[in-house]
Amino acid sequence: MGANDPIKPVRKPRDKRAWYQAFFALGMNAWIPSWFKGEIFQGGIKGVCVPALNCYSCPSALGACPIGALQTSFAGLRFNLTVAEKKFGLYVTGFLAAVGSAVGRMPCGWVCPFGFIQELFHKIPSPKIKLPHAMTYFRYVVLATTVVALPLLVVDQFGYGQTWFCKWICPAGTLEAGIPLMLIKADLRPLIGFMYYWKLGLLALFAGWFVVSQRPFCRTVCPLGAFWGLFNKGSFFRMAVDDEKCTLCDKCHKDCPVEIKIYESANSPDCVRCLRCVSSCKFGAISYEFLGKKEVAPDLRVKKPA
Amino acid sequence: MRRKLPWILLAVSLGVMAVGLAFGEYRAVLEKAITVCLDCIGIG
Repeated sequence: MGANDPIKPVRKPRDKRAWYQAFFALGMNAWIPSWFKGEIFQGGIKGVCVPALNCYSCPSALGACPIGALQTSFAGLRFNLTVAEKKFGLYVTGFLAAVGSAVGRMPCGWVCPFGFIQELFHKIPSPKIKLPHAMTYFRYVVLATTVVALPLLVVDQFGYGQTWFCKWICPAGTLEAGIPLMLIKADLRPLIGFMYYWKLGLLALFAGWFVVSQRPFCRTVCPLGAFWGLFNKGSFFRMAVDDEKCTLCDKCHKDCPVEIKIYESANSPDCVRCLRCVSSCKFGAISYEFLGKKEVAPDLRVKKPA
Repeated sequence: MRRKLPWILLAVSLGVMAVGLAFGEYRAVLEKAITVCLDCIGIG
């Protein structure tokens, strides 16, 4: 057998990632009694940030959305400085950077409920449209403006800014909190106005986009993915491609949920580290490494002779 | 150098996080998280 001949899998690889995504989506939103009480969960653990874009106004959310918390910190920073309050958003920033330095964008592929929802929508049969790579840079603009600059710079007379991303863009908030809260809290319904319909329309547009394109929100808009992507090259968890084994067959690219060519940039900031490419490569060319331990797809490990 | 980078990033991140926690930022995040976010749901 030559070095570049395909290795026959011992069994067909099964992608169990959807089960992890479902587990984390339910686990982060597990306080079911809130749905019957018509209120959001208010336990003391809710100050713990979750490693995903998961709205903390979802009635059953157990933790805090780091992007919402970060914007709130920046929006209140100017006021806090004027009253000498030492609150600069360091807890949330440090949390995000710690997750990023450990695994980079991996939570996008395995944990984030909104990424999971996009993948489910994409299973709906329809013509599919690839995204131009240039569009993926827009997420950095969203991060820099709506999460950092605008909450910091555009403030009212008291020094308070707004949570621009949550208010004008975040479709996760509409899906996980806006719609459910209107259903279970009748007293909020009279407050519905332009902003609600704006966000509902945006969610509908995104939902349609999810069907035809692969994870378009993660790739072009999500500020959390933009932030963690910056850590992909410097994190403990790393992807690797063996140039000698890679035949450039492009199977990994065709199977990739974010349409990247991992053989061109193994630790691209676009990669959500779902590891589908590891199991789809018939040549065992793609591997990952975490804390010095290197792994290839389980089915491609060399079996010891009996 | 590359293998040192994750350790440096992690140490700095945890340090930043610890300072934030020491300044009471957990409480601030909690207070926001247990209040219905009107901006998030589109009525803010």
